[in-house]
Amino acid sequence: MNEIIEGFRTAIELIITLNPEVIEISIRSIIISLSATLIASFIAIPTGSLITFSEFRGKQALVNIIQTLYALPTVLVGLFVFLLISRAGPFGFMRLLFTPEGMVIAQTVLILPILIGLTISSLKGIDTTILDALRSLGATKMQFLRSVVSEARYAIMAAVVLGFGRAISEVGAAIMIGGNIRGHTRVLTTAISLETSMGYIAVSIALGIILLLIALVINLLLAIVQNR
Amino acid sequence: MVIITALLVAGLMVAGCVSGESPTAPSTTPTPTLAANPEELRIATTTSLYDTKLLDHLQSVFEKKHNAKLLVVSAGTGKALEYGQRGDVDVMMVHDRAREDAFIADGDGVNRRVIAYNYFVIIGPASDPAGIKGKQPEVAFQTLMEKGKAGEAGVVFVSRGDASGTHAKEKAIWKAAGFDYATDVQNSGNWYVEAGSGMGATLVMANEKEAYTLSDIGTFLAYKGDLTLVPVVSKGDILLNVYSAMLINPEKHTGVDTELGKKWVNFLTSDEAQHEIASFGVVEYGEPLFFPAKGNWAVMGVSEAEVSAPIL
Repeated sequence: MNEIIEGFRTAIELIITLNPEVIEISIRSIIISLSATLIASFIAIPTGSLITFSEFRGKQALVNIIQTLYALPTVLVGLFVFLLISRAGPFGFMRLLFTPEGMVIAQTVLILPILIGLTISSLKGIDTTILDALRSLGATKMQFLRSVVSEARYAIMAAVVLGFGRAISEVGAAIMIGGNIRGHTRVLTTAISLETSMGYIAVSIALGIILLLIALVINLLLAIVQNR
Repeated sequence: MVIITALLVAGLMVAGCVSGESPTAPSTTPTPTLAANPEELRIATTTSLYDTKLLDHLQSVFEKKHNAKLLVVSAGTGKALEYGQRGDVDVMMVHDRAREDAFIADGDGVNRRVIAYNYFVIIGPASDPAGIKGKQPEVAFQTLMEKGKAGEAGVVFVSRGDASGTHAKEKAIWKAAGFDYATDVQNSGNWYVEAGSGMGATLVMANEKEAYTLSDIGTFLAYKGDLTLVPVVSKGDILLNVYSAMLINPEKHTGVDTELGKKWVNFLTSDEAQHEIASFGVVEYGEPLFFPAKGNWAVMGVSEAEVSAPIL
């Protein structure tokens, strides 16, 4: 019990005194996961809209596959991206292994299915009268898609926040692709894993608190936007 | 829609920043006087050199001297060798002579230099429920197997189980003790636990379980403060632990940074680094964690050139 209390005390100290290493790791985590989320959104929202409003054979099967991939294990993404970007792999020449960019790619792959899938769900939830109205007003395909995405924006934003949460909290791909290099690819989750294995519980707790605080801030921001 | 578009634009900008040199704004690197872009060297290292912080210590000396940035990935020797085979790192620092030899024979590694050594120890509870204190390592393992399989209370062995150098040494001791690892040792009962983690994590686990384990002395000393376990067997020729550094063969793996890699390995065998290795941890732990390779080549059974000849 003492260990836990002591851990929390030191943790709060580390945060209040703005321990440079803790701050650096936190900022890196946010940047990497935010980049992945934004890139994934950029791909997923148009893709999800297209899938929703196009009719083609195997559409339901595709949606099922996407939804299955919500449960994509992070280590599997790690392995897959590792094989692609390791120097012996097809994209090895780009030297992306053990870099923050490589981690962004892995996290993007990881959260793409969630973002596409939830975009589809969000758009399905739109009142059909709006869709009919848009069509009858003679909206072009682009105008149509923009309007419906705008109509479903809160649900889509919630999906984006969920994707960010999954990206910043995953450890499997981050450690395989980043290698947990101090000052380079060490992020909150891999640092927690390392510090715990080295017996530095206080630092782990501090990093864990920060991770939750980041999630809290992002959710508060979302709530503010949604209530506006 | 406006918001989402704004997010996307911001995302691309952030992504742009990430592609830059480093995403770290804070003031952790106080050496702006040197050239702006230090050259990067990728090193895969065995966990013991990392967990003891020896590498940290040597790293800062080297980085200042050569305006370099070392990207150190800490992994068991097995994983480090895999990184090496794929050409993902420039330099490898490992401790498993047999697999190093195979690695070099395959043409993946060149210019191996021995940089340090120490000993493995069998760690266990102070009460020593298996009664192996002071025995030869092979005999100790035989006793552990016998009593563990018999289900004697308190006889548990935690193995690294991760294809690391330490795991390889453990297998070598089982073999010397007359057991086949795959058939006699693995799955021989609940007494034999495969942790699948680094040395530090394995020590922590063994401590929680009040079990026996095999550790390099350096990592054990570095963790000793948090452990109730003690060394029970520390004598025996088989317990020798030799650390090497080698370059990844640039002829086989294009794009490997051999120039800086040479500087790093030559730095490790230099008098300066050897002195740092010899004195590392003495103040903190009361004894050195590693012995310098220089002058000790005969003890380790390697050639003198492997210890001291600079890579040209």
